[in-house]
Amino acid sequence: MNRLDFIKISEWIEPDSKVLDLGCADGALLKYLQAKKMTAGYGIEIIPENIEKGIKNKVNIIQMNLEDGLSVFDNQFFDTVILSQTLQAMVNIEKIMDEMKRVAKNIIVSFPNFGYWKNRLQILNGKMPKSSDLPHEWYNTPNIHLCTVKDFYDLCEKKRLIIEDQLFLTENQPIKYFSNLRGSIGIFKLSK
Amino acid sequence: MSKSVGIVESKIFHCEDELTLVCGKKLSEFDLIYETYGKLNNKKTNAIFIPHALSGNHHIAGKYHKNDKYSGWWDNMVGPAKPIDTNKYFVIGINNLSGNDGSTSAKSINPKTKKVWGSSFPILTVKDWVASQKKLINSLGIEKLYAIVGGSLGGMQAMQWSIDFPDAVEKILCIAAAPSLTAQNIAFNEVARQAILQDDEFYKGNFYQEKTKPKKGLRIARMLGHITYLSNDSMDKKFGRKLIQGKYNYNFQQNYEIESYLNYQGDKFARTFDANTYLRMTKALDYFDLEKNFKNKLSKVFAKIKAKYLVISFSSDWRFPPSRSKEIVKALLDNNINVTYAEIEAETGHDAFLLENEHYHITVRNYLRS
Repeated sequence: MNRLDFIKISEWIEPDSKVLDLGCADGALLKYLQAKKMTAGYGIEIIPENIEKGIKNKVNIIQMNLEDGLSVFDNQFFDTVILSQTLQAMVNIEKIMDEMKRVAKNIIVSFPNFGYWKNRLQILNGKMPKSSDLPHEWYNTPNIHLCTVKDFYDLCEKKRLIIEDQLFLTENQPIKYFSNLRGSIGIFKLSK
Repeated sequence: MSKSVGIVESKIFHCEDELTLVCGKKLSEFDLIYETYGKLNNKKTNAIFIPHALSGNHHIAGKYHKNDKYSGWWDNMVGPAKPIDTNKYFVIGINNLSGNDGSTSAKSINPKTKKVWGSSFPILTVKDWVASQKKLINSLGIEKLYAIVGGSLGGMQAMQWSIDFPDAVEKILCIAAAPSLTAQNIAFNEVARQAILQDDEFYKGNFYQEKTKPKKGLRIARMLGHITYLSNDSMDKKFGRKLIQGKYNYNFQQNYEIESYLNYQGDKFARTFDANTYLRMTKALDYFDLEKNFKNKLSKVFAKIKAKYLVISFSSDWRFPPSRSKEIVKALLDNNINVTYAEIEAETGHDAFLLENEHYHITVRNYLRS
């Protein structure tokens, strides 16, 4: 396991804490956190095949549509809530941000950066961007709410969320400078 | 295609421990009919108990004779290499007290009066069943069940086990169940009961002596029940407005295929099922209410349980819909219990829990293996 996003997220999480992973896919991140940090927690996922795989990965996984909110969880139930590579596919982004604030102290969000230079270049060439992080055609993409890192900063300000730490990656390599241009994925640790 | 467990036979567990029931009455002794499949390992850690639902019994898988027309009621789930794999697990099926198939019931002889119990047989609750089942499981030398897998009323028994005997079960698979019945659920049960109670052949529950049975009432009860186990879509797909003879008859004979189907199901059921059992099963459902002794707070119910949970619901089940399963999930989450929840897309209504569905079966298989 050498996913830098997993390693970074794991650094941001306290040992023995409670974690909620929204859109957890097959539960790989939760499994990683359980092994590294002994976290307890749950994942939320909607795709049946991912539930089957999550069970195999021995993580708690709840089949639910994130758009319906997180009403099964009480206020401040978790230490950390993670929304990894899912934000851009949500219909109601403000609602999920509010729900994340409600159920956890710390928030971790990652998403593909639309401002990444390769995306900008494709737009300049008159086409919608396609890449390993955005593999779909414009007409069948689940990613309906793409944003740049700067756009995300604006949303955090509106939602009164403070950026505690951040990491930018391009092809699993960390990017230090001009990240809104050079980073294809951004990962953010937020607090209220 | 997976194989069946093959030819099976039932056993009798006779218990002379007095059982004090929730209603206050006592059973001084009782019999439970049961079946087992697969082998119990040396440490006795691979046992799975499968409680049955309203019209079920202990005969979960396999056949009694080579020429048996039907296999056990969950043969698609239980067997060698099936999701509940009898090559790995020792599976136990028990016919509940007041059940239809040989366990002590209204049909049995009351040891005190030496006469058939009939109407005087007590009304048992889910909690009573669980207490009696525990005695049987103990008699097999099993201290801790690996899992209890229950659908519908069986799921309610599974939950009750984890509450009453927190150290005696590791995993609960609670399928198409609910923490209690709604007014609508109770209403359906009451119509079914009235059909039986008002049948002239019922004789206030003492029809055995009259050498008859309230078949008319039973078949109406079953017809009604059957409607609630299916979904509008699945009924429409299977029968639609199809006519038996292709034309309207303009009389009150069966005209549509759905009518013929329901009548067939009703007849089949009325021939084999005991009216006192049916009445008591529906009452056990009605009286099941996890919250009742916990200040109507479902989350308090699970405060002391130790089992892990897999909760499963089916999208088109309107008898025990996904929203009811989510109540259970929420209460488990409130207590930081390890829980996984799967909402299976299926158009077959409440019956879906008995039918083959790839995602459903993989989910159960993976959960038992994990």
